[in-house]
Amino acid sequence: MDFYLGLLQIMGVHTLLGLSAYVVLQTGQVSLAQAGFMAIGAYIAAMLTVLSGWPLIAALIAGALVAGLTACLVGFPALRVHGLMLVVATIAFTEIVRLFFFNFDYQIARGSLRVGPLGGEGFRQIRYFPENGWTTLHVAIFIWTVVALVMAALWWMDRSRAGAVLRAVGEDEIAAQSCGINLTAVKVSAMTAGGAIAGLAGGLYAHYTTHIEQSNFTILLATFAIAYPILGGLSSVFGTVAAVIFIQGFLVEGLRFLGDWRNLLFGALIVLVMNIRPSGLLDARTMATLRRLFSRKEH
Amino acid sequence: MLELSKLSKHFGGVRAVDSLDLKIEPGQIFGLIGPNGSGKSTTVNLITGLLGVTHGSIKLAGEEITNLPTHVRLENGIARTFQNIRLFGQLTVWQNLWVAENARAQRERSSFLSRWLGGERGARARITRALEFSGLADKADELAANLAFGEQRRLELARALAAEPKLLLLDEPAAGMNPEEIGALDDRIRQIRDSGITVLLIEHHMELIMAIADRIAVLNFGQKIAEGTPAEVQAHPAVREAYLGAAD
Repeated sequence: MDFYLGLLQIMGVHTLLGLSAYVVLQTGQVSLAQAGFMAIGAYIAAMLTVLSGWPLIAALIAGALVAGLTACLVGFPALRVHGLMLVVATIAFTEIVRLFFFNFDYQIARGSLRVGPLGGEGFRQIRYFPENGWTTLHVAIFIWTVVALVMAALWWMDRSRAGAVLRAVGEDEIAAQSCGINLTAVKVSAMTAGGAIAGLAGGLYAHYTTHIEQSNFTILLATFAIAYPILGGLSSVFGTVAAVIFIQGFLVEGLRFLGDWRNLLFGALIVLVMNIRPSGLLDARTMATLRRLFSRKEH
Repeated sequence: MLELSKLSKHFGGVRAVDSLDLKIEPGQIFGLIGPNGSGKSTTVNLITGLLGVTHGSIKLAGEEITNLPTHVRLENGIARTFQNIRLFGQLTVWQNLWVAENARAQRERSSFLSRWLGGERGARARITRALEFSGLADKADELAANLAFGEQRRLELARALAAEPKLLLLDEPAAGMNPEEIGALDDRIRQIRDSGITVLLIEHHMELIMAIADRIAVLNFGQKIAEGTPAEVQAHPAVREAYLGAAD
């Protein structure tokens, strides 16, 4: 049972990470900085609960805010580069953050122990959940409550004018400008929101694993972050969830019985799915059909 | 309404637009014609701010707008359509208009929340009217990419009008249309003018432009070679030379 709950926790955190990239991708920006934002959120939130004794929710919010603020600052220079150059620039950011935490020591004495981040050793003893008597089930429910709140907010945004504007920028920047859209404001806002969501994912991750280190937040994680929304489709938040379930649930865990052959099949299946559904598991057409089936006419 | 003075755009050694003076009076349909590569589209891009000017100035209703960014110029009242249609294909017809209608909301300073997150009732009514005017009322939930070519042209025009501009720039709106569609376009442009919007029309289709333009300017190699009523322009020797080659 604990195994499935653990899987549920991983999927929850990865869904948030995927959603953070989803927002940014809607404006047509491919960002590999999400792992960096997640690392910032993880370290900040964990330091606040462990070193300063903050309550969890306040620490998570603070982690998300700092990550969002960093994303906002990264957003301005990142605006000047497009496409592959943006990918390279954001890879550099994730690496900078990772190397920062590789060298970051800040420990204080807590009884006989010294706690806090210790460079390459990582940050151990993030024991908020066990200390406060949360079971794995509680943690899984808590994580998915946060995921549900973020999904609801994004789902609502998708249907608002703000959502249409984000997509408009993603489709055609020249037409978007000519329709009165301030590109700078839109892209930086999307970056900021994405950074905050990634920071939230980081804070949750730090607390359920109880041990984080720089090697958790590599380019590989950033690649997963953008793979979920791309594989799932950019027309709805449910696409990202579907992709996380497919990758984390089915490919990573479901195929474990195949032993070493799993890794080979993993890549092959992703390629296969992308060929069968080139615009994502849930693309605009599917969503339109679903909407027609399930709802009355809106306008 | 719009005044260009000594407007120039140089790309390296190429003078795409060279010291162009134009004055468009309010309520006019002003035609801008010229052979391929004569600088018409560059002029539109300068007026909307997609390109920065090399020299010269642009004034809208007496106000200097030469250095304003594109999105602010739309708020000030300059909307456009594109020669090669540029819709947001993965958005619905409704959303395409909703995005553009934001500029009007911005101009009227309606509150942040109602503009971005709510469905302002006024905006809804306005978009519904725009869809009816363009004959797209039954396509509101269709993705723009799935529309037929003529419908896409109509939607792009509706999108430009959704911002309630003072000046509308139409960059070859008749390209690829059949005679029947051109007839409908002719009516529509007149309706737009009669509703109080000044129109700058760039067009290759001479019959259309000669029929509806109040005044026409002719460009060649970035310079204005003639300006006047359609009849005057047609009779102008420099225009005949530019289009047909020197008659010697």
